[in-house]
Amino acid sequence: MSNTNKLSILTKGFLKENAVFVMLLGMCPALGTTTSAVNGMGMGLATMFVLVMSNIVVSLIKNLIPDKVRIPSYIVIIATFVTIVDLSMHAYIPSLYKALGLFIPLIVVNCVVLGRAEAFASKNNVLDSILDGLGMGLGFTLALVILGGVREILGSGSIFGIDLHIFPGDGMLVFVLAPGAFIALGYIIAITNKINKKFQKA
Amino acid sequence: MAQYFLIFISAIFVNNIVLAKFLGICPFLGVSKKTSTAIGMTGAVTFVMTIATIVTWLLQKYVLVKYDLVFLQTVTFILVIASLVQMVEIILKKVSPSLYAALGIFLPLITTNCAVLGVALLSAGNADFGLLQSTMFAIANAIGFGLAIIIFSGLREHLEFADVPEGMKGAPVALIVAGILALAFMGFAGLA
Repeated sequence: MSNTNKLSILTKGFLKENAVFVMLLGMCPALGTTTSAVNGMGMGLATMFVLVMSNIVVSLIKNLIPDKVRIPSYIVIIATFVTIVDLSMHAYIPSLYKALGLFIPLIVVNCVVLGRAEAFASKNNVLDSILDGLGMGLGFTLALVILGGVREILGSGSIFGIDLHIFPGDGMLVFVLAPGAFIALGYIIAITNKINKKFQKA
Repeated sequence: MAQYFLIFISAIFVNNIVLAKFLGICPFLGVSKKTSTAIGMTGAVTFVMTIATIVTWLLQKYVLVKYDLVFLQTVTFILVIASLVQMVEIILKKVSPSLYAALGIFLPLITTNCAVLGVALLSAGNADFGLLQSTMFAIANAIGFGLAIIIFSGLREHLEFADVPEGMKGAPVALIVAGILALAFMGFAGLA
């Protein structure tokens, strides 16, 4: 496979096939954990770790797994890495662990991870699977940071915890609460569609 | 009695699983284009969520905690749910073909419904919940899920005829409608 192909495996997850904005996968953590840019980033990186590791293992043992039990096998592989993330994060970054809460064990049922294992890692070699996991993971992280950033700026007038002094007093609280997540994501998806359409024409 | 009532009100309205806790967003957006499919999905979720919560609660208390294996919680729960979904599918096919025909296509989708695993984890993690409370909690959350998805599907059926700007068609406008629906549910916040 040529180098341009490798590059496209890595970069397709950023915008063209972005898991959250274009394919609408992994919506629960995308909406639930993005009350601030930092939380979004933490969730994104945790998911990326699971994605890359499970892609590696799945592509290594793809020929050993009988076709009929492949989905349960993938789920066990993914759940193993999720448990590793869960325990390490609990031990080393307790504040983030507390903020993300239930959504860490729920990486298991994130459709992005299982989707990549089934659609990509089970058909490709290890190197390509790593690139795919990295690309998709970075795209997912990017999406969560953007959504978290927008919500943090509008909701509390700060970004990554730094006060921007754009609002007199507090920001628009609704963007930190549940409804703001849906509304902000709706507008971001509309903008992404617009950008992707422009790229396709050019 | 008051305690059970509170569990119900809290799970259905105040902390609605979809609109306040962000669990089960995938089916919420995916199978809400028509009210009839939304009702089918609600039936399947109620069924699996209740059984899964009972089974995982028992496993948590009598196996995982007893033998100090709580670190295996995620792996155990997801396997229980995945095999349960499969088992429910097989049993339904034999026992009640009509119910199977109604719920059939929704059942496999439930394995990756984070609401089921979420509710199982929440009730296993809550020290105050006995078996009865956990079961009530699961049923209440399933009703909450159903309420949200059925209201939303009704709104989306009307959205089909609305004059939406070109770029907002499809997912964006659906999400914004969901946002407004979540805003309406925030009105219940004072109840509990």
